[in-house]
Formats: sequence, structure tokens, C-alpha cells
Amino acid sequence: MTAAAPEAKANMGRPVPRYDAVSKVTGRATYASDMPLANPAYAFLVTSAISKGRVDNFDFDDARAVRGVIDIVTHQNAPKLKESKLFSNGGYAGTTIQPLKSPDIAHDGQIIAVVIAESYEAAREAANRVKVGYTVAAPSATFDSPGTTTAAAKGQNSQFKEDPKVGDFAGAFEAAEIQLTVSYDTPTQHHNPMELFSTSCAWIGDDLVIYEPSQYVHGLKNGVAEQLGIDADKVRVVNPYVGGGFGSRGSMTPRTAIIAAIAKRLNRPIKLVPTRDQGFTITTYRAETRHEIKLGASRDGKLVALRHEGAEVSSRPDAYCVGGTKTTTRLYACPNVDSLVSIVRADRNTPGFMRSPPEVPYLFALESAMDELAVKLDMDPVELRRINDTTTEPIGGKPYTSRSLMACFDEAAKAFGWAQRSPQPKSMAEGDWLIGYGCAATCYPTQMGPAAARVRLQRDSRTRVEIAGHEIGTGAYTVIAQTAAERLGVPLEKVAVFIGDSDLPPAPVAGGSNSTASTCSAVMMVCDQIRQRLFKAVMPSDSLTEKAKETVGISKAPSTQAAKSDRPLDLEKAFDALGVGVVEEYGEWKPEGAPLDSFRAMHSGHVRLVGGHQMKDKIAYAFGAEFVEVRVNRFTHEIRCPRLVGAFAAGRIMNPRTARSQLMGGLIWGMSSALLEATEIDERNARYVNDNFADYLVPVNADVAGVEVILLSEQDDHINPAGAKGLGELANVGTNAAICNALYHATGQRIRKLPVRLENIEV
Amino acid sequence: MRPFLYQRATDPDMAVQALSAAAAANNPLTHASAQPLAGGTTLIDLMKLDVMRPTAIVDINPLARGWSAIEPGRDNLRLGALARMSDVAAHDEIQRNYPVIANSLKLAASAQLRNMATLGGNVMQRTRCSYFRDVSYENCNKRNPGSGCAAMDGVNRMHAVLGVSDQCIATYPGDFAQALIALDATVEITGRSGSRSLPFAELHKAPGNSPDIETTLQPGELISAFTVSGRWPRSVYLKARDRQSYEFALSSAAIALDVQDGTIRDARVALGGVATIPWRAREAEALLKGQKFDDGLAQRAADAAFADARGRRHNSFKIALGKCVVARALQQAVTMEI
Ligand SMILES: Cc1cc2nc3c(=O)[nH]c(=O)nc-3n(C[C@H](O)[C@H](O)[C@H](O)COP(=O)(O)OP(=O)(O)OC[C@H]3O[C@@H](n4cnc5c(N)ncnc54)[C@H](O)[C@@H]3O)c2cc1C
Ligand code: SF4
Repeated sequence: MTAAAPEAKANMGRPVPRYDAVSKVTGRATYASDMPLANPAYAFLVTSAISKGRVDNFDFDDARAVRGVIDIVTHQNAPKLKESKLFSNGGYAGTTIQPLKSPDIAHDGQIIAVVIAESYEAAREAANRVKVGYTVAAPSATFDSPGTTTAAAKGQNSQFKEDPKVGDFAGAFEAAEIQLTVSYDTPTQHHNPMELFSTSCAWIGDDLVIYEPSQYVHGLKNGVAEQLGIDADKVRVVNPYVGGGFGSRGSMTPRTAIIAAIAKRLNRPIKLVPTRDQGFTITTYRAETRHEIKLGASRDGKLVALRHEGAEVSSRPDAYCVGGTKTTTRLYACPNVDSLVSIVRADRNTPGFMRSPPEVPYLFALESAMDELAVKLDMDPVELRRINDTTTEPIGGKPYTSRSLMACFDEAAKAFGWAQRSPQPKSMAEGDWLIGYGCAATCYPTQMGPAAARVRLQRDSRTRVEIAGHEIGTGAYTVIAQTAAERLGVPLEKVAVFIGDSDLPPAPVAGGSNSTASTCSAVMMVCDQIRQRLFKAVMPSDSLTEKAKETVGISKAPSTQAAKSDRPLDLEKAFDALGVGVVEEYGEWKPEGAPLDSFRAMHSGHVRLVGGHQMKDKIAYAFGAEFVEVRVNRFTHEIRCPRLVGAFAAGRIMNPRTARSQLMGGLIWGMSSALLEATEIDERNARYVNDNFADYLVPVNADVAGVEVILLSEQDDHINPAGAKGLGELANVGTNAAICNALYHATGQRIRKLPVRLENIEV
Repeated sequence: MRPFLYQRATDPDMAVQALSAAAAANNPLTHASAQPLAGGTTLIDLMKLDVMRPTAIVDINPLARGWSAIEPGRDNLRLGALARMSDVAAHDEIQRNYPVIANSLKLAASAQLRNMATLGGNVMQRTRCSYFRDVSYENCNKRNPGSGCAAMDGVNRMHAVLGVSDQCIATYPGDFAQALIALDATVEITGRSGSRSLPFAELHKAPGNSPDIETTLQPGELISAFTVSGRWPRSVYLKARDRQSYEFALSSAAIALDVQDGTIRDARVALGGVATIPWRAREAEALLKGQKFDDGLAQRAADAAFADARGRRHNSFKIALGKCVVARALQQAVTMEI
């Protein structure tokens, strides 16, 4: 065992190495833009230099003079496309702003022309030479800009159904012994996955193949078909590897149908590789948010009143919001709760999912406020959480399926050395550096969605698993292979996994951390179908003993336990009894409580996730606790974070190695989102300024000195057959609060606006 | 990127000739149609961004044999313009006798960039002003003379507070140049009419009314070497920045002192990250010279260094920060073991 491959504790799979490790390290893994195309033409985007107004004219003389230019497509000659609704309104799109439809410009960096040429270089050069005449209108950039409009989220976003409330907040707050009212801000952020937002489209007759990094191949396939007005079965999306997603590739962007339609017209494959700065405007992002938290507590620390009001920026036409009050109103025991989410419309591209979309900004507010309350109460912030820990959520009174929040706090506190903290602010230092310790809770809803899988088992144990899941770096190949190997009792090396292709049985979007639970549950189910056939061949079904039923996974006992009591099946004997060489099964799995139309929706590229607070008689979340050490230079006020320690409990850990890697990345991102990451907006013109990797700061190796991930054993038999809670988005939640809490401890100064930069420190 | 003619210069004359051929158009060097290529880590970047549009590139890397020597002498130092940042930073004698040089290089950019980038290219690197680097903004006096300055009232957190003009507030981003200006380095220049040398302090030009003119180098001229006289073991480079590595300075100080019996005999103070050009803080030096060091003196020197600073909406913090950096760097230089 090594740090990278922690030993498996109870209810954990083996920390086997990644299925795709060698192909990734050796560069053999083919990403979308690596896919060979026959005689492709190359596209380069021209994007608007204004955020509101219209294009008056183009001057293409210079551009057309570039050797190799084939065509320049604008709103005047673009292929007509059908509209797609926003994913949250039953469509596929991440934005309803469809470029090249009219001369109108709705946001900075909107696609206004596509140059097609014989080479990437020619297309790019020609695009650089396009001159555009604009009529500019005054845009509204963000909060407080003139011209924005604000309205409650409820009623305009069909996925935001309710502002959670319970009891009498106003009365209880008024009467509370301790009251706290505080406001917090979080910044605009962009995902910036390493792989750019490329798209390659190739037609073979009436059939379209799209190579594009996507977190939802079935959604993209159906969405593009809808926009092109063709049968979805004519479209195939392929991407065996995705170079990071973080939510940016979950919904369809307008570029894909545009490139597909131009490729059709040109009768040639087209490859588009946009630049990094274009990625800031042709896809989605995490919008800036504002929060006001009111906490009322009794002197002994019990919460009596909690109110969370959030505001989020969105585009003019689309009411996107993350609405994290669904989580923050349910995290702690509190009898009187109120909340409100509103959406502020500005002249911006439509925001979208970004790793833990609701929890990152909303828990920053709540977990910072909890720390402020602890200070007011003169109480250890860990104890404040313990006092308000609960096994039922306060809004609907539903029990958590499992909740190891305080166990996580205790484990992480121990590993971190929290007891060595001297609670007084500004009381710890070393040399030029003030030292601060801080902590915060993290949680993330356990979600799963309908998924289908096909599994083929040969007499010699070779196994082929097919499911249109997505390898976005999380370890999907690995845990799917492990699941099949374990379930069928075949050696791991015998299992081949095929994912990232919409011709395979559908799986949900790789978002909301549902993938492992959904895909592994489906794969388990189909493996069980195979075992059942084999068992039946060996012994007639009426003589199935209870023991045998259990081992084939058809008893009432939860599958996680069945798997443990499993005994190897004599494959060769079973195959001989069946008289075949290959057994293949296809199956469709849906989680308990999934809507009736689940499978229909699954095949048409619509997601039906269930879980979190939306389950019938229960609520399912994964939990964790994070402790950080910050150092603030007393001269320069430079801020560094030498230590991040997190303990997490997320049901069955399929593979401690890949889980740790996800959680470690999450902790680092959480630190980054507190101290470094922010997309700067020029408020005069509503444009993103630092749209490149030199200016959009993410941590470098030297910023990440120590990260420790502790995986807790947790068994939860009430969530899904795999017993797994999603953890991909668990660790980057709360870190931002932990850091600000530590900064308070280091400096005595409370900072409520992210990111924290050295100029914000005033010691 | 636009197409360009690529030439390899195998000797200095050939390079100068190739570059001079294009100099006729009478553009300032920044807009000259032929540009020398060293490590390419600034030039290629700016060409890809369409900010620089030379029609000819003269690759001077073949001159490395003659122009990349690192020569610490008994009482002076000569650094070839094509020496790589990483090689100079790792050089024993430079670390020992010129820590300010070694550290200004070591704390710059990333390991990969330092392996590629040369000293000559480094001092000639151009500003990181976001509006300069994004051609979709019309108004940038440096890129597009007379068009205005988008940064003046825009996102200007990284911009300069010293040496600014109404036309441009772009920061000179490099680190190494502060060490050179502090040590009174000389720059050797090769051009059409042979060689000349120049105090390094006369190489860069403040933006004034023509921010597109950044140096006194003429088209057709190349930097061949830098020389420093004396040894400066008591010298430091302190750099404050948002990240621990791979990040430009928000504020930096290059300090070199000659302290004898507790008295500062000579003091050199240069500032980075806060000024439009490599910045020598002579007022601060004047205060320090002949004095016994204490924290009050450091503070007064720091105040003097920023007496003329002018902040704007997002970068005013650099004044207070810059003072802290100078004061702290002075303390470090005084107390360092040599
Ligand atoms: C992401 C990033 C981060 C960076 N961070 C830092 C940092 O923290 N600190 C820092 O100091 N720098 C930093 N840099 C800048 C880097 O150090 C410079 O790009 C590099 O030093 C330039 O050297 P080069 O040899 O690659 O120059 P080139 O790109 O080849 O040339 C730069 C310019 O100088 C001209 N030129 C080159 N050689 C000569 C010569 N001998 N005579 C006359 N003109 C010449 C070229 O024509 C060109 O205009 C960073 C760069 C990047 C991309
Ligand atoms: S500061 Fe200088 S470089 Fe930046 S926009 Fe203004 S003129 Fe251009």
C-alpha cells in the first residue's frame, strides 16, 4: 500500500491501479481531437468583441485572401438550425442563445462567424483578418450594474421548485439569544479543463459521427439530432476519454450543431479546436453569487433560526440557477428555517454546472457563518457542529440514509492536530508567517439515474462491458471493470470496458457525482442476469437454495452484502451445461423512486436523477470534514495554504485509489476557489478579462504542499445496489469556508468575499 | 498566426543584416517587420495572439556558441544574451556572489520556460497587460498608438504605480532586469555600425507619450551580453505574488548592499511589478547610504521609493505592498549570512 493507494477498510473495494493508466501516461489514449479524420477541413471561430448590440457589417477581403480559405459562415449564410430548449426545461442545451441566427449579440465572445479552411493555421489566420463593424449597446455586466433585472428563482426555473422553509423563522430569530447576520460573495469562475472545447464532425451519407469531449454522449446525440432535424439514431457521439469536464461538457453548446451542419453542406469532415479564451464564452461557467445568512442560536449553541438568501447571475434569456439552499437549509438541526433564491439577469453567456454547482457557493456562506457563530459563542467550531448534528433533515423531517459528519470531523481533527490550536486569533506564528487553523463541513447529495449496460461473458472468463459512461478522469473505466470482475468472479485483467460512445447502452450525464452509483448499479444488475442464467443451467430453478439465490443476487439481501458472501461459480461447468460459448445480457436499471418515464427519457438523452433531498421517505448525502492550515506573511500578506486534511464518508468506496485522487483534487480545487480562481469582468463592457491560463490562476505544484485524504468506512444499504455515494464533487465543497475561517484565526480579520487576495488582508 | 519568413542567423553580421533589411520602414522596434527569435516564449506567444505581426523572424539561437557564456571574473561578471535563465540561476558562483541575479531568475516563470528562455529575450519581454494581449480591444496605445488605454479605468490590478503616464500604465513584468539595474549593469549591443554599450538603466524607456517605444534599441540591433562590475554577495531578490511559483510579481525588490562595520556604504534598490520599466529607487538609496541600519531607516527608504507612486482603482494596494517588500528585503539583505 502507498499513499496513492490507501488500504481498503471495511466496505471498500481494492485500490487497483487505473484501467487506463498506461494508455494515458504513454499518450496512447485518444481524446476527441486526436481522432483521425479523412481529409478534414478546419474551422476557426470568430467571436464578438462586444457583449451587447449587433453586427453591422463584415469585411472579409483580407480574410478571403488567405490561401486555403474555403468558406466563411455568418448569420447571413449559416445553415438553419432548430432551437433546443434549455436542459432544465426538457431540452439539451446549456444556453438558448443560438449564434449565427441573427446579427444580434447577447454576450461577450459570442460566435459571429466560422472560418473554414484547408488547415488550422489558415483558418486561424483568416479569422484574425476578419474585420467587424458593430453597433454597441450599453451592457449590464453583473450585480449592481445598471440595467439588470432581479426576480425570485421560483417560478422561472422549472428545476428550482421551492424555497425551503419550516417553522417561524422571523419570530425565532427575533427571540434568539444570539443573532448573527452576515453577507458573503463568491466570484465568477470558469472550469478550464485542460482539453479544449473541440468538435469534429464527419458524415457518412446521412449518418453523423461527432468526436467531442462530452460528459453526456446520449444527451449530445439527441440534442444535435434535434437541432439538425434528423433522427437521433443517425447521430453517434464518440469520446473514449475526456480531458476534464467539471460540468462544462454536461449540456450541449451551440458549436456542435453549427459545425455538423457546415460539414454536411461542405460534404467534408470538419475539425474545430477553439482557443482557451473562446472556451470562456462559448460554454458555461460558475456565475458569481451573493448571500445573506441569518443565524439565531441559544447560548449553548443550539440553532433556533436559520435564513439563507442567495442571489445568482444568469443570462438575459435563461434562468439558470444552482439554488444551494436545498442543501444549506437541511444540513443542521434547526426548527425555524427560511430561504430565498433570486436570479439577476445580465448581458452574459448562460452559466451552467461547475463542480458541486450549488454547494460550493452556498456552503461557503453557511460554513463561514457557522464559524462566525462559534466565535460569538466562544465555542470550538467542531463542537458547534456536534451540537447541531442531526439524523433527520429539518425541512421535511426525513431521515438521512446515513450520516457520518461528526465521525469525519473527529477523524480529520485528529489527523490535523486540531487540539494543538490555540483558539485566540493571531496567536500562532512562525517566523514571518502568521498561522491559522480552520475547518468546515462538506456534503454532497447522493444521486443516481437510470442506466443500461450490456455485458458479455465468455467461457474463458473474458468479459466485455458496454455502457455509455464517461471517463472524465474520475476512474470510470476502473470501477466499472472492478464491479464486473467482482460480480462475475472473473479476474480483473479479463474485463474489457467500453464507454464514451452513444452507440452503447445509455448512462446518465457524468454530473452530479452520480456516475459510479448509476453505472456500477446497472453493471451489477446485468452481471447478475448472467450469473442467474449460468446458475439455472447448473441447477434447475425450482431447486435454487436460498444460498444460491443470494449468490446470484436475486435475494432480498442488499447486493453489497450478497457480493461479500459470494462464492466463485464454476464458469466452465456452467457454460458446458448451457451449451454455449458466450453469454450476453442487456439490462436497464433505475433507482428506487425514479419517475415512470425514466427509461424512455434515458433513451432520448434526458436525465432523471433521483437522490439527495428528493427521495421519498429519506434523504441521502455524503459528508466530510475539512481542516486547513493557512499562513499569512506579516509583511507582504501573501497567503499560502500548506496543509489540507479531509475525512470523507461516502458509502461503499469502490476503489480507494481513484476515490482518494478525486478527493485530493477536490481539496486542491477548494483551496484554489478560495484563494486564486476568479474570472475578472470588465464592468464597462461586460467582458471577461483574464481568459487564459497565465492570468486565470489555479494552484501550481508549489502551492500544494500537503494534502491528506482520509476515507471512512460507511455502509449504506438504502441508496443503490452498489451502496456507493458519489464523491467526485464532495471535497471541493466547504474548503473555501475552511480557508476563510483559518484566515480569521491567523489574522483576526473576517473575509467574506472570494477569492481572498493579499490586498484584502489588513493586519 | 500570420505567415512569416524564417531565417537562421549563423553569425552576428548575418543576424544584424537580416534584421536591418526590414528596419527601413522606420517603425519603432516593437512594430518592426523583422524580429529576432531567442527562446520564443514571449515572441511566439504574442504572434499567436496576433499582437505582434512580424513578417520575418531571425532565429539567433545559432549564435549561442559565442553569446551564451556565463563568465564570472575576479571582479566582474559577464553574461551572454543567449544564456538560458535556468543555467544562470543554477550557476554556483552566481548564487554565491550575485544572489540577487540567481534568485531573480529562479523565481521567474516556470522550470520549462526558464530552460527555453534567454537573458536577452527576458529583458526584452513585453507587458502582460490583458488589454495589450487581446487584440479585440481597439484601445491600447502601446499596440495601437493613439487609440487610448483600456486599462486606465479597466481591470488594472496588475498594473504599474510608478513611471506611469496618461497614455499607458502597463507594468514591466520581468524580474531579472531589476537585478541588472540595481547592480548598474552594462548592456552590450551589436548593430550595423559595430558594437556599443549602454548602461542597462538606459535601455528601457518609460511610456510617456509613446508607449509603443519600449527601449532605446533600434531595429537591427541585438543585445549580445550584460556585464556587472564588482561582486554583490550581500544581495537579495524578494518577490511577492499570488502563487508560490510560476507567477509574475505583484511587487518585488532587488537589493544589494555593501555594509561595513554596521554602516551602509553602498545601497542599491530596484523595484519590480510596480513600475512601467525596470525601476531604480535612487531616493531610497540616498537615504540608506552612510547610515546605520534599523527598521525605521528601512521604512523611510521604502516610503521614499514610493513617494511618487500613483495608484488606480484596482492597483493602489501595490503602494503599501511595495513598501513592505522593500523594507523586508532590506532587512533580509542586512541580516543575511555571507
Ligand atoms: C506563463 C509565463 C510566465 C512567466 N513568468 C515570468 C516571471 O515570473 N518573471 C519573468 O521575469 N518572466 C516571466 N515570463 C517571461 C519569460 O521569462 C520571457 O518570456 C522570457 O524570458 C523571454 O525570453 P526568450 O528567450 O524566450 O525571448 P523571445 O520570446 O525569443 O524574445 C522576446 C523578445 O525579445 C527580443 N529578443 C530576443 N533576444 C534578443 C536579443 N538578444 N537582443 C534583442 N532583442 C531580443 C525578441 O525579438 C522578442 O521581441 C513568463 C512567461 C510566461 C509565458
Ligand atoms: S496600459 Fe498600456 S498596454 Fe495596457 S491597454 Fe493601456 S496602453 Fe495598452
